[in-house]
Order: sequence, then structure tokens, then C-alpha cells
Amino acid sequence: MNSANDTPARNTKVMNRFDLTSRLIAKLKNEEAVIGGIGNTNFDLWAAGHRPQNFYMLGSMGLAFPIALGVALAQPNRRVFALEGDGSLLMQLGSLSTIATLAPKNLTMIVMDNGIYQITGAQPTPGAAVADIVAIAVACGLANSAWAADEEDFERLIEQCMSAAGPALIGVRIDDKPGVGTTRRDPVQIRERFMHGMGVREPL
Amino acid sequence: MAVAEEKNSPGTSEKSTSESSTSEKSWHGIVLQSLKRNDIRLVPYVPDRVLTTLIRNLHADPFFTTFPAAREEEAVGIVSGAWMAGMRGAVLMQTSGFATLANVLASLAVPYQIPLIMFVSERGTLGEFNYGQSLVCRTMRPVLDSLAMEHHTATRLDEFEFIVDRSIKQAIATQAPVALILSPLLTGGKVFDK
Repeated sequence: MNSANDTPARNTKVMNRFDLTSRLIAKLKNEEAVIGGIGNTNFDLWAAGHRPQNFYMLGSMGLAFPIALGVALAQPNRRVFALEGDGSLLMQLGSLSTIATLAPKNLTMIVMDNGIYQITGAQPTPGAAVADIVAIAVACGLANSAWAADEEDFERLIEQCMSAAGPALIGVRIDDKPGVGTTRRDPVQIRERFMHGMGVREPL
Repeated sequence: MAVAEEKNSPGTSEKSTSESSTSEKSWHGIVLQSLKRNDIRLVPYVPDRVLTTLIRNLHADPFFTTFPAAREEEAVGIVSGAWMAGMRGAVLMQTSGFATLANVLASLAVPYQIPLIMFVSERGTLGEFNYGQSLVCRTMRPVLDSLAMEHHTATRLDEFEFIVDRSIKQAIATQAPVALILSPLLTGGKVFDK
């Protein structure tokens, strides 16, 4: 556990990314879209069981929430989840204000916060010791933002967001474990399968 | 979506500008009409002085969902997600904004075969007064060429509709990004005393 992670800003239970991702996927019954940010975030999404409604990023760090916003705007009747790491989100904090302004009610953002760039050698992020991602989100205008206290609280927040009147953001403090699986790095297939999953085109 | 549409177009409450400003006779009128003709509804942007009238007219037209993004790559992410979910989009930006895009072009738009349509207002040439702008402008075409991306520099009004309409159709048909660079020869550009 990174000591930089033990701050008042993040004094919730330290959970596990794969476990939380699996809990999320288990709750999806309506072909909800899930956008997985780069690295471990989408590795664990892949490991939790591939679904055509999953989109796996292989680069463009920080764009999970913007990509999810685009999906949410295009399909307002489909619930969209985005999984992003704290380091990735720090690259694109401006997107939180954009999302707060557009306020799509079908978008839920989940920030996996371990305070480190796990995949590059577990170096602490610049915000690890001081920044509170949920407080930042609230200040950006995302009023429905909260830290999940533990796994049960995470599941409760997921259920709550399903009927929310605006976008929701859930912060989860996670351990320093790497992802459980490895996404097959085939961008065209990933994109094509996702489009099938979104119902916008048929397989060849 | 209704909530989002209400909130994302602050310009819709403004009175629409005169009909002539959206006519096909102006470069920005051609952009707007070509977007519409090709069912491109989602237009996030990072503003530029030259794009002011186009942005205002997009906000005034309920056909479009248009809004500012904090960064150009954020806007690229948004239209990429929207396209995969069945809604077409285009991004408006300035030359210096394009210069922030190499990573997202190389890791999202090109490898995932996403028909990203970009309109880039060209600063840095033909009367530029800011040395930094002229330098950043010189990075744009080498980046586009290094990824073998389709790009056109529009300089003439009489060719413009052909370039815009055909480029949009080609991007979608071939699932490949395109950059349409709006030269000061077309738009008038930005001059020192403004």
C-alpha cells in the first residue's frame, strides 16, 4: 500500500479493482455500455468477462470519460459507465466540467484511485498525497459524486445511479495490484464489436 | 437527453443571426449546411476568433448539439464515442489546438478506424503576428502526413463546398479521419489589430 494514499482525502476502505469491476458487471442487466480507461482499468474490465458493450482503450490516456460522454449523448436511453484511473483523470480534469455542464443523466463515472501509476512502476501521482478526486468532481459541478466506503457501499451507489437525475461519479480507493487479465490489443475488432454491442451495425 | 440539450447550447437563447450569415455563400454557411446534409449533429469545439460566427450559428440551430470542450483531445474523445454509438460528429479548433492531438490521433482515431472530422482554423501563416503561432502551424501538416491522414487546405470559396461535402463522405465511407484546414485565404484569418 502506498503511504501517499493514506490521507484524510481518501480515508475509505482500500478495495480491489478487479473485485469492484466484477461487482459492477454482475449488476448490468440492460446492455449497459462500459468504457474502460487505459491499462489496468480495462485489463480488469476484460478479465471480468468480455461483453460486446465494453470498449477497451489502448492509448489516449484520460479519455475514458469523454468517450463515455459521447456514447451517453448518442444513446440517451442506454446507461453508460466509464472506468478511469486517478492518474488518467488528472490528465483530463477539464472533462469533468464539460460533463457537469451537459449533465447527461445516463452517465456514471467510476474513478479507481490508488494514488499511483501502477503499470509504469507504481510511482505516486502528483495528486496522491493531497488531491481529493471526489471533491474536485463536486467543485466541477458534479454534485452527485461520492467516495464508496466499502464494497457494499459501492454496490449501493451503483444501484442508486441507475435512476439518477444527473451524471454520477463514484470514487473508490483501491490497492496497488496490477490488472488480472490482458486485453487483446486489436483496436479495429474492439471498436467493431462495441458498435455491434451498441446496436448501430450488424456483424459482416 | 432533453436536459442535456437544454444545458449544452447556451447560444440557443440568443437571437438567430441574419439569414445571410448562414447562407451557402459564406464559408461558415457552407460548413453548417454540409454538416447538416451529412447528418453530423454533434459539434464540440475549442473556440477560435475566426470560428466565432460558425459557432454562434451552430448554437442557434437546434439540429446541432454543440458545446465547448476544455481541450481538443477531449472533443475528439467525445465525437469518437458518439460515432461508435451511432451519432455523427465533427470537432472545431485552431491550429495550436491541433498541435495537442498527435497522441489521440495515433492511439484512437487512426488505429480504431474512426471517421474523425476536424475543421482547423489556420493560424500562423499569411500575416501571422505571433511567432509562436507561426511555429506551431508548421507542425500541423508533418503530423498529419506522418500518420498518412487525409487533409485538405481550403483556400477558395468556389471549391469549398465540394471539399467539405466530399471529405465528410469519404471519412465516413472509409472510416478514416480527415482534417479540413481553413486557410486565411478562405476565412480572412485573424489580423494584428483585432
